[in-house]
Order: sequence, then C-alpha cells, then structure tokens
Amino acid sequence: MRATAASALGREAWARRLPLLPAFVYVFLVTQIPFVLTIYYSFFSWNLLKPGSFRFAGLENYGSIFTSESIRIAVWNTVLLTISVIGISVVLGLGVAMILNSEVFGKGLMRTLMIAPFLIMPTAGALIWKDTLLNPLFGLLPYLLSPFGLGRVDWVNQYPMVTVVTVEVWRWTPFMMLIILAGLQSQNPEVLEAARVDGANAIQSFRRITLPLVRPFIELGALLGSLFVVQTFDSIFMLTFGGPGEDTTNIPFLLYLVAFQGFSIGEASAIGVVAVIITTIVATLALRTLFSIFQIEARR
Amino acid sequence: MRPKLLKSALGWLVVFVFFFPVLWMWLEALKTEPQAASSPPTIFFAPTLEEFQTVLSGDFPPYFINSAIASILSTFLVVALGLPAAYALAIRPVKRSRDVLFFFISTRFLPFAASLVPLYLLARDLHLLDNIFALALIYTTINLPLGVWLLRSFLLEIPHDLFEAARVDGAQFRHEILRIVVPLIAPGIAATSLICLIFSWNEFFYAVNFTSSEAATAPLFLVSFISGRGLFYAKLAAAATLASLPVLLAGWIAQKQLIRGLTMGAVK
Repeated sequence: MRATAASALGREAWARRLPLLPAFVYVFLVTQIPFVLTIYYSFFSWNLLKPGSFRFAGLENYGSIFTSESIRIAVWNTVLLTISVIGISVVLGLGVAMILNSEVFGKGLMRTLMIAPFLIMPTAGALIWKDTLLNPLFGLLPYLLSPFGLGRVDWVNQYPMVTVVTVEVWRWTPFMMLIILAGLQSQNPEVLEAARVDGANAIQSFRRITLPLVRPFIELGALLGSLFVVQTFDSIFMLTFGGPGEDTTNIPFLLYLVAFQGFSIGEASAIGVVAVIITTIVATLALRTLFSIFQIEARR
Repeated sequence: MRPKLLKSALGWLVVFVFFFPVLWMWLEALKTEPQAASSPPTIFFAPTLEEFQTVLSGDFPPYFINSAIASILSTFLVVALGLPAAYALAIRPVKRSRDVLFFFISTRFLPFAASLVPLYLLARDLHLLDNIFALALIYTTINLPLGVWLLRSFLLEIPHDLFEAARVDGAQFRHEILRIVVPLIAPGIAATSLICLIFSWNEFFYAVNFTSSEAATAPLFLVSFISGRGLFYAKLAAAATLASLPVLLAGWIAQKQLIRGLTMGAVK
C-alpha cells in the first residue's frame, strides 16, 4: 500500500520534471562539462601549434596570470570600459527618456529612430564609425571638426579608448533609454501635477518624485548592461583590434588573442577560470538585486 | 506652447545625433565608390543602387543565408526546449524551482571564456568547425536560459484556474499544452523569438572563432572589409546595411516585445 502510494508520488514528480529535463540536460551538458574541462586544462601547458607539448604544469598558468602585465592591463581596460560606458549611457539615456516622456512632437518616430543604434549589427556599426565617420582622410567627423583644428585627428589610433567608449555609448544609450522610459511611463502624472500645484519646482520634483521612481529601472538597466558590456568584443575587434599596443585589450579580447592567435590552451583556460570567478561574483550580486527590485515571484 | 517647441527641438537634435551614423551608412551605400571616398565628403549626390547590386550578386548571399540558418534554427530549438521547461517551472513547479531558474540564468551570464576552449577542441575533434549546424547549437545554448526565463514570465500571467479546469476535464498533458498554453503565450513566444533572433543574428565571437569559409555568417563578411580590400566604402556601407536590415526591421516592428525581452520580462 505504502509502496504504491510512494511510486505514484514518484511518478507524479517525474511527470512534473519531464518537461524540464531536455532543456536542463542540454544546458548542463554544453555549459557545465566544458567548464570542468576548462578548469582541467588550466593546470596544463599545451600549445596547439606544437604537437606533443601537452604536459602537467600545476599552477604555472595561474602564476603567470597574476604576474603578467597583460592581464593587469586587460582587467583595468575592462573595468574602465564598463564603468564609463554604463555611466555615460545611463545619464544620456535618462535625459532622452525624460524628453520622450514629455509633450514633444513626433514622439513615436523619435523613439523608433533612437533605438536603431542598438539594433544595428555591432560589427557593422563599428565599421561604419571607423571607416566612414572617423577616418582621418575621408571621414565626415574630421571634416566637420577641421574648423576647430581637429581636422586631421586619427581618432582610432590617437584616442583608441575614447573611440571604443564612444561607439559603445552610442549603442547602449538607446537600451538604457528604453528601460528608463518604461519606468517613467509607469509614473502617475497626477502626482507630478500635484507637486507642481504645491509649489515644487522642476528640479525638486525630479529629485523627490521622478528619480526615486525610476531608480529601480536605472539599476536594472545598469546591471543588465554591465553584464553585456563586460563581454565587449565585436567593436574592439573591428575598431582597434585591442591596440595600439594593448591600449584597448579587455579580458574577452585577451582571451581571444591567447587562445586563437597564440593557441596557448592552458593559459587561455586559466584566464577563463579567473574571468568566470569574477563574473560569477558580479552576476550573483546583480541577479539577487534584480530579484529583490522587481520581486520576481519564484514561489508558484 | 513654447516649452513644447523648445523641448521638441532639443529632442530631435539628440535623436538626430544618435541616428546619424545609421543615416550616414545608408547614404554611403547609395553613393558610387569615388563619391564615398572623397575628401571633403560628398553630401549631395544622385543615389544609385549599384553597390547593393554588386554586394548581392557577389559573394555576400551565402553569408546571409548562413546567418539565417543559424538564427532561425537556434530560435526554433530555444522555443521547443524552453517552452516545456518554462511550463515545468511556472505552472506545475518542480521542487527547488527557484534554484533551477537561477542555474539557467546564471549560465547566460557566464563569460564565453568558461567553455570556449573545450567547445573549440570538441568541435575540432568532431570535425564540426566551420559547420553552420554546430554554430546553431552554440547559439541555442546562449539563448536557451533567456528563453526559459522569458517564457516563464509570460506563463505566470496565465490564470492558474485555466490549467486546473483543463486537468479536471481530463485533458492530457499534451492537449493542455497545445490547446491552452500555446495560444495564450503566443505574444511570449514572439518576444522570445525576437530576442533570440537579435542575439544570434548579431553574434560575432563564436562566429569568428568557430567558422571560416563554409559556415561564415554575415558579420564575418564585414570583417573582410577591415583589411585587404582597400577603399570600398560604398560597398562596405551597402553590405553593412543589408547585414543589419533583418534585426533593425524586426526590432522596429516589435518594439513592445523588445523592451520586455531585453529586461528578461521584468519590464512589461
């Protein structure tokens, strides 16, 4: 009697699990097992171009990571790129969202045109910036800036980080704008009106009413955005190829160089492990905040 | 009236600045090569579709088709695998649903560094490098966590009673899915598909490392312009326009789904 009840319960549990299994098993196989292998390889010295070079190396790869100048530069560039891109695009996105949330002509069309930079293929966007806008000989921007004495500036080579940040801000501002605009639109206009009647000026009502309301949306945009911007690869590949020198090499690009230009499997794996540890810490914090901000119900 | 005019002018100025590179891409694409590579830049010209014809009759179409195969196939797989999983997490939750959900989404934000090297070695040993179906499987992995999460957020909005009613009626699980779930979450499937299409169509990192000639996708066609082809700005702009077109149109048409998808369902 008890056995049949238990097996019925078991069957019920399996019936519930069954629809979940294919996706779960697939994701598990393709992400977790390779990750274990990444950890494994990180303890070996192995260059794909040198057959027979596979040998146990202990912590050598990690040792070289923590003493290597390249890694330090890459970490710094990743942090610099992420913070400046997210910071600037949040401020610009907030500004544009506030304009689009007020009474203006052609709101719908403005929004439509505004999101285009986010939708354009990143490789295409970077190429257009590099070759047709910033090119010192034929580009439009040096031509427009020449009356100000900036006519022959080679942006990509002289100010590589500024260039990468500019192109990424161009791409991520629309993303921030969309999220913040959704927050602004959830605001009850009567509250602002009441504040105005009570004698609050524009700055006061922005600081006291609007900002607290859109803050969770700004945080959401910044969190999601930084998870993507940390992985920036496309525009660096197209604009600067990490250079000049290592000036714009971030962690993903360094990994690419080590794994696919240098074919050092062991070292690339060790970089991978370190990158995973850093990202896991950041992402866990980010997701927990996300859960609490939007009270995503995971109970049902 | 005045503040509205002033604000509109400011707004349009900002929008113009942001939209300008896209507009410039289109203008360059409509020029001839000498016009595109002139100093000072050509502003007024008679538009021509010549470069579009060159690109379309040249070696671009196979790249475009590869992109379409990888994006559509992976999107289909994400919905096919993700919908049942989302159902199991939202409607008839398994034990520890929250942990499973957390596991899924954490894999989306694992840096590609985590699995890149072993996947590359595996693909190499199985002779799956430069194979468009292998690339589609990778894109499925990238998008599946997001798909599960998004579909679940849509499923949670369906009144629970509907499922109970179906179960009391003795409806089979399969019928339950087909009859009730699919029509009600059609908008959810649309939003999920849109996001998957955008991410896989624009994806570059895996494409550049896992494909070379046979399976190369649209962004890789653009790479060939960085070096080696000299000053083909008009052709470059035409190729960039064509490569960006599907995602641009899809995103413009489905703006509402876009915001929901980008925020993983948090913003409705």
